[in-house]
Amino acid sequence: MSVNEVTWQPKILVFACNWCTYAGADLTGLSRLQYPATVRILRVPCSGRINPQFVLKAFQKGVDAVLVAGCHPGDCHYTTGNYFTRRRFLIMRRLMEYVGLEPERLQARWISAAEAPKFQQVITEISEQIRALGPNRKLRDEEWKI
Amino acid sequence: MKRVGVFVCHCGTNIGAVVDCPQVAEKAMDFPGVVYSVDYKYMCSEPGQEMIKKAVQEHRLDRVVVASCSPRMHERTFQRCVEGAGLNSYFVEMANIREHCSWVHAGEPEKATEKAMDLVKMAVAKVVKNKPLQKATIPVTDRALVIGGGIAGIQAALDIANAGHVVDIVEKEPSIGGKMAQIDKTFPTLDCSACILTPKMVEAASHPNINLLTYSEVEKVEGFVGNFDVTIKKKARSVNMDVCTGCGLCMEKCPKKVDSEFELKMSKRRAIYTPFPQAIPNKPVIDRENCTYFNTGKCGICSKVCPAGAVDYTQEDEYLTRRYGAIVVAIGFELFDYSVIGEYGYGKYPDVITGLHFERLVNASGPTLGKIKRPSDHKEPKNVVFIKCVGSRDPAKGKSYCSKACCMYTAKHATLVREKIKDSNIYIFYMDVRTPGKGYDEFYNRTREQYGANYIRGRVSKIYQQGERLIVRGEDTLLGRPVEIEADLVVLATAMVAQPGAGQLAQKLGIGYDKDHFYTEAHPKLAPVETHTQGVYLAGACQGPKDIPESVAQASAAAAKVCGLLSKREMLTEPIVSEVNESICAGCGMCVAICPYKAIELKTISERIQGQTVERQVASVNGGLCQGCGACTVACRSAALNLKHFTDQQILAEVNALCL
Repeated sequence: MSVNEVTWQPKILVFACNWCTYAGADLTGLSRLQYPATVRILRVPCSGRINPQFVLKAFQKGVDAVLVAGCHPGDCHYTTGNYFTRRRFLIMRRLMEYVGLEPERLQARWISAAEAPKFQQVITEISEQIRALGPNRKLRDEEWKI
Repeated sequence: MKRVGVFVCHCGTNIGAVVDCPQVAEKAMDFPGVVYSVDYKYMCSEPGQEMIKKAVQEHRLDRVVVASCSPRMHERTFQRCVEGAGLNSYFVEMANIREHCSWVHAGEPEKATEKAMDLVKMAVAKVVKNKPLQKATIPVTDRALVIGGGIAGIQAALDIANAGHVVDIVEKEPSIGGKMAQIDKTFPTLDCSACILTPKMVEAASHPNINLLTYSEVEKVEGFVGNFDVTIKKKARSVNMDVCTGCGLCMEKCPKKVDSEFELKMSKRRAIYTPFPQAIPNKPVIDRENCTYFNTGKCGICSKVCPAGAVDYTQEDEYLTRRYGAIVVAIGFELFDYSVIGEYGYGKYPDVITGLHFERLVNASGPTLGKIKRPSDHKEPKNVVFIKCVGSRDPAKGKSYCSKACCMYTAKHATLVREKIKDSNIYIFYMDVRTPGKGYDEFYNRTREQYGANYIRGRVSKIYQQGERLIVRGEDTLLGRPVEIEADLVVLATAMVAQPGAGQLAQKLGIGYDKDHFYTEAHPKLAPVETHTQGVYLAGACQGPKDIPESVAQASAAAAKVCGLLSKREMLTEPIVSEVNESICAGCGMCVAICPYKAIELKTISERIQGQTVERQVASVNGGLCQGCGACTVACRSAALNLKHFTDQQILAEVNALCL
C-alpha cells in the first residue's frame, strides 16, 4: 500500500496488558467516552511481554507511534512485569534519540482497569502530538511518496 | 493453508449502528486464509453459535475469528462453541469491534468501519498461527500444611481436617497456642482466653487427621500447587516424645532457672520446660543454650529422675520432606519492641509495660497469680495509665498503619483493673477510639460510663520517675491544656508487627509482602486469603493486624479454599505458559532471574554432536508454576523462549497485518 501526505492519518499501535489497560480500554467503551479512531489495540498478557523489537518492527512497517501501556507500578498482575517494562522503555527512548527517531513516537503510560477517562485522554493527546509531528518516514520498509 | 471463518456480530445496534458489518464481512474475504465470512445480529446467542458450528463443518473451517465484543466478555463462550464444533478451543480469536470501536467512535462510522476491518485483519493474522493447546492435568496431593499453630492455624487445620483431609501443623515453639494462649480475657465478652482456646488445642492434637510438628520450622519449599515438596526441620527436643509421659518430674528437679519467654521474663522457667502448664503437646524440651549438662557436661539430673527414660541428650535435628497439595500460612504477629525507641521510658522503668505483659499480670496462672502488681515492688497500683497507638499510626516510628485490636484490648484492660482494684483510677491517652465490630462500641462505652475510665484525647510527651511513682506528662487536646498524672503503672498498647522471620519465609514460599512485612493477598477485596502463588493461602495476623474473631474467620476462609483444591484428585492447568526451544537455548539463565514465579530452572541435557556426547545447560519451564506473563521471552537473548498463544510470531503477525 502506498502512503502519502494527503491521505495520511496517524496510525498508533497500542500494546495493552490484559489485566489493566485492555480492561481500561473496555471500560472506556462501556462509558462511551469518545477518542480518535487512530489507534489499534493489541492485547498482550503483561506489558513485560512487550519486546522492544516489536516496537522497532512496528516502525519498520509504517506505524507512526507506539504506546506501551500496562498496570501502575506496584499493581502488576504478575507482580514485577511492569518494572521491567519501565526500564526497557527508558532505554528504548534513549536508543531512539540516538539513532534519530523522534522519541515522542514511543510512549508509555500506566492505565488501570478503572481509568477510562485517562485512557481517553492519553489517546487523544498522543493522536494530536503525532498529528503535529507528522508521519513516520524513517525506518519504514516501503518508500514514502509525496 | 489454514481455512479461516470470520463471523461479524452486530450486537443488535451496539456495533451495527456504527460499523458497517456486512462490509466488514465482505472485506474479510480478502484477508489471507479467510474462506468464509458472514455477519449476524447476535453472534453470542444460541442461533449465532449454531451458525458458527454449522459453518465450521460445511466449509471445513479450522480457525475462527469472531468480531464482536471484548474477549474479556465472551472469549470463553466462543472457545466452548468451537470446541463443540470439534476444533481445539484455542483456534478462535476475537476482534474487539464494540468496546474498542463502535462505542468509542460513534460519530465516525466510516473510520470505525475501517478500524473494524483492521482489527479483523489482525485477528485473522494471529489465528492462522494459533497452535492447538491442551489444558494439562496435574495430580493433587491430598495433604495440607499449616504453618503456625496459633488460633488461626489451629482453626484452619481443624476445618480442613474435618472435611476429611490430612493436615500437618508446623509450629516453631514447643507448644501450639500462639499469642492467644498468653491472653487472659477476650473482648467484648470477657470470657477467658484459655477456656476457649485449650479445647481447640486438644481437639487439634487428638484429631485423627491432624499431625502436630511442634518445635519445628519450614526449611525449604519446592514444587507448585498440588505438589509442594516441603522440608521441615524438627529441632532436637532432647526428649523422646514417644516415651515421655508428660509427668513433669524433670521440670520440678531441674536446678537451672531461666527467664520464661511465655511470661515475658516476669517469672522463671527451668532449662527443661514446657512453655505453659496447658501446653500441647504437654511434653518438655531442653533449652540447650541454658542447660547445665549441655554447657558443662555435668548435671544430667533430668535424665536420672525421668521414670520413663525419655531424656535423650544425643538427639539431633531431624529433617523430613513431605509433599503437600496446599499450604496455609498463619505465622501471626509479634509486638513492636518499643525499647529500641526508648520513648515513654519503656525498657528503662520496670513499671512501664506492654499490653501483653499486662495480660500475664492479670492472668490467674500468670506470675502474680492474677493479682495486679507492679513489676518493680509488687505493690498494687492505684493509678494506671494506658497509652494507645504506641508505634502504630506513627510514620516517624516506621509504622503508618493502625494495629486495630489495641482500642478494644485497652478498654478490656481498663475494666479488668477496675474489677480487681476497686479504688483504682484509670487514665487512657488516645488519638482516636476505633471500635468497629459487633458489640465493640457498647463495650467501650461501658468502660467509660460503668467502669469510669478517664479517656484523655492527646499524646503523652514524657514519662519520668519521681519517688515510687511515674509522672506522666501529656496534653488533653479536647480541653487544650497540659495534664500531669502520677501513675503507679503505665501500660503501652504497642504496635502489632510482622514476625521477624516473615520475609524469609515469604521468599521460601514465593509470596509477596508489603513494606511492613505483612503478607500480601492476591486481591485486597476479592481474593483476601489467596496469595499470588497458587495453592498458598493466608490466615490471621501475618496478613495484617487482626483480632481473634477476624483471624478465625480468615482461617476458615483459607480452609475452604484448601478444601476446594484438595477435593479434586487432579487439577487443570492453563496451557498459556512459556516454552523453551532447547536447540537454541544457550543456558545463560537470564530467564531464571526475571521469572517472578521461580518457574524456570536450568537443567542439564546431553546431546550427541559428531558422535560425541556433550552435556550442556538449558532452561526448563515448570508449567505448573508458570503463570504466562511472558517476561522471560523478552529477557531471552537467543529467542529460545516463547509464550504459547502469544508467541513472537503471533504478535508480529498482528503488527504486520495492521500495517498492510
